[in-house]
Amino acid sequence: MSISDTTTTGGPLHLAVALDGAGWHPAAWRDPAAHPRGLFTARYWTDLARTAERGLLDLLTIEDAFGLQSGDHLSGADRRTDRVQGRLDASLVAAFLAPTTSRIGLVPTVTTTHTEPFHVASALSTLDHDSHGRAGWRVQTSVRADEAAHFGRRSVPGLRRADLDTPAARELVAELFGEAADAVEVVRRLWDSWEDDAEIRDALTGRFVDRDKLHRVDFAGEHFGVAGPSIVPRPPQGQPLVVSLAHGYDPALLAARVGDVVFTTPHDADDAVRIVAQVRAAEAAAGRTAPPLRILGDVVVVLADTERAARERLARLDALDPLSSDAAVLATTPAALADTLLSWRRAGLDGYRLRPAVLPTDLDAIVDGLVPELQARGAFRTAYGETTLRARFGLPRPASRYAAGADAAVVPTPTGATA
Amino acid sequence: MSRKQIVLGAYFPGVNHDTVWNDPASGSHIDWESFEHWARTAERGRLDLLFLVEGLRLRTRGGEVFDQDVVGRPDTFTVLAALAAVAEHIGLAGTINSTFNEPYELARKFATLDLLSGGRAAWNVVTSSDAPTGENFRRGAFLGHHQRYERAGETLAAVRALWDSWGSDAVVADPTSGTFLRDGHVGDFAVSGNQFDIAGRFTTPRSPQGHPVVLQAGESPAGRDFAAASADAIFSRYQRFDEARAFYDDVKARVRRAGRDPDEVRILPSAGVVLGDTAVEARERHEHIHDQQVDPWTSIVLAEMVWNRDLSAYDPDGPLPDVEPTPEAPKWIEGRAPLTQDAHATVAAWRELAQAHGYSLRDTVKHVFDRAVFVGTPEHVADEIDRYVQNDASDGFILGSHISPSGLDEVVDRVVPILQERGVFRTDYTPGATLRENLGLAHPSRFGERRAAVAS
Ligand SMILES: Cc1cc2nc3c(=O)[nH]c(=O)nc-3n(C[C@H](O)[C@H](O)[C@H](O)COP(=O)(O)O)c2cc1C
Repeated sequence: MSISDTTTTGGPLHLAVALDGAGWHPAAWRDPAAHPRGLFTARYWTDLARTAERGLLDLLTIEDAFGLQSGDHLSGADRRTDRVQGRLDASLVAAFLAPTTSRIGLVPTVTTTHTEPFHVASALSTLDHDSHGRAGWRVQTSVRADEAAHFGRRSVPGLRRADLDTPAARELVAELFGEAADAVEVVRRLWDSWEDDAEIRDALTGRFVDRDKLHRVDFAGEHFGVAGPSIVPRPPQGQPLVVSLAHGYDPALLAARVGDVVFTTPHDADDAVRIVAQVRAAEAAAGRTAPPLRILGDVVVVLADTERAARERLARLDALDPLSSDAAVLATTPAALADTLLSWRRAGLDGYRLRPAVLPTDLDAIVDGLVPELQARGAFRTAYGETTLRARFGLPRPASRYAAGADAAVVPTPTGATA
Repeated sequence: MSRKQIVLGAYFPGVNHDTVWNDPASGSHIDWESFEHWARTAERGRLDLLFLVEGLRLRTRGGEVFDQDVVGRPDTFTVLAALAAVAEHIGLAGTINSTFNEPYELARKFATLDLLSGGRAAWNVVTSSDAPTGENFRRGAFLGHHQRYERAGETLAAVRALWDSWGSDAVVADPTSGTFLRDGHVGDFAVSGNQFDIAGRFTTPRSPQGHPVVLQAGESPAGRDFAAASADAIFSRYQRFDEARAFYDDVKARVRRAGRDPDEVRILPSAGVVLGDTAVEARERHEHIHDQQVDPWTSIVLAEMVWNRDLSAYDPDGPLPDVEPTPEAPKWIEGRAPLTQDAHATVAAWRELAQAHGYSLRDTVKHVFDRAVFVGTPEHVADEIDRYVQNDASDGFILGSHISPSGLDEVVDRVVPILQERGVFRTDYTPGATLRENLGLAHPSRFGERRAAVAS
């Protein structure tokens, strides 16, 4: 199949929301509508997730890291006391949200750099079981020296933004991305290591499982080896949705090799065209045989009833603590935002991951303002249809690679189901 | 005269021979609905805690996956975090290995679970006993027994240092002054030892109960000392009155020698319960269940765990194998907690038992592996549980059942009310109470102040 034949330009958009602390604006926690004392409570996350689900959003992501927040995400934690500092473990927040929601996808960020792939596979597989097929994994690497020191197993030299182009930095990034690709490969193998019907409960022969349907994964890579099989039976989706963020070609290549969905950061319509071409080129270079990556554009949103009110909101926040963002910052009305999203998506974007500047304010505005706008234009669902997260993205449920007659592709080619 | 209040927990019946998976009442051991049912039942019974066991590789026998018992289980942390959302008051205890986890991540996950649950997290620290588990992890190679306890001790110390690195008042979050954190040192830590050399800043605030409750389940002298020095509660397998009493005395003496108040440590044997309307009915039910649990094949496998060799050529209904155990050989059965510290002594004891009673191999194994400690009418079982606790054979029990997940229902519906009537078990939770408060354990102050010796 050709690389682009599932890329829709006229169908419904996919919409995700990115949850992080009090919102993506560094001064978000000081907004009168924010709940900065609630950030580490169950109630806060439950309310956000339920709102997102009320808006019929495809999925929510939860940011995470093994180090405290830092102004420069490459460097160690600064010692600032005037910004949100501290986080809960994203995979456990997602687990908590599983029984409190019923349809929205739950996608925690989990790093590949300091974690054990075996634990990661078990955790996400269990999240998929507990949520009845709504689990995803935002794959992330950790380049920070302070995070490495928290584990003491390896030392990472520490990078400054200005050094990113040096050979040493390139080598480090290549190493971490290589390890990430290995980690995803192991995790996917572990998800496949139980065939779907391995549990037989055959009272006659006294066998609970058919051990011929349990498989060692025997991965041996540069950084780790894992024998398998998994301790957790195959998850409902077969494989939870694997997503990553790409700002350039190398991370796009990682997504192309191992991912299902990629988040990108277009700054305008032309940039979106360039990014889509870059992702498709990365897919070709990676020799991807899986369904094409679903490409979502990330944007930070500041919403209000009038354009002017939105800009003023942003200005008020910036005056407290200016926002610097990798993604475009769109301060506007829900209707104008809908126009922009629909015009950029012609480049071949499948949808967007919206990063609310202030929580819950901008999430509420997405759900109560943007979503009805898009629905009115026939560009967004009016009810949840599919139950699993993969199906929502038109991705087939992969067969276990170890099952007799299975396709050998990393993610088997689609059986015809498309968006 | 004040009577000891009983601590009751429930472990999820799953991967072990006493789960009768082919009973028509037996449900999934993986599906969320099973965990939800189990948790709601336990909470209806006002139990103190839910308890998940752990194993990080599938059990094998002679190198092949052992397919006769339940195989497969979900990730402990994930299930507990989800349960925090559906059960409001009960403690959430996870067995988590210190050999194949790193302190920073463990501390974060438990702190998160404790925050999400409002102070109900507990960690059963185990060290793992089987080398092939290492093949699933980066660390790879397995540590020797001594090193595992050294690592367990250092892990726990490091995790506690991380939990202590945020004061309970660290988050100011005052929008007017623009102060989010109290100061720039919140979360600072540095820990070094033989196993770890780590430093930096921790990401997660202090939890409502200060530290999650720490349980331990070692039984070697090293394991008992580790528990005595550092645990809040001990999960034990010693459940017959006399052996339970002996274990209780031994551990409480170790707690005293470690400079702690014996009342600071709860001792909680695992126990099975079989009920009947009459004593006879209960005994018949028990016999039937136990027959299914230790079927002929399982009796061979359990004997193999002690002998550490293939015994499939022996007749379960015949005499005990006439060969000697080979504890030094590579492990024949992997992925199960060991059944004995001294195989030769255990075999000798079994032979004596078989001789004295004329037992077959299977009779012997059935006798030794009878997990149903309490068999009888609800009144009788309540009496017995209370007798153990009032006579210092335990501080309570962690209850199991042969049926997943509904096996707990009848205990909750029929035994718990009697204990409540007798005033030895709570009739309701204290709203907002943490697990520590429910267990009557002290709230830890920061930086180990609670470790101050209380001589007695
Ligand atoms: C009652 C009991 C329950 C245990 N449960 C587990 C478990 O769920 N997972 C595990 O890996 N080890 C478990 N263990 C193993 C112990 O924690 C410990 O690692 C093992 O017994 C070796 O330590 P020891 O030599 O001190 O006994 C259990 C042990 C006992 C006595």
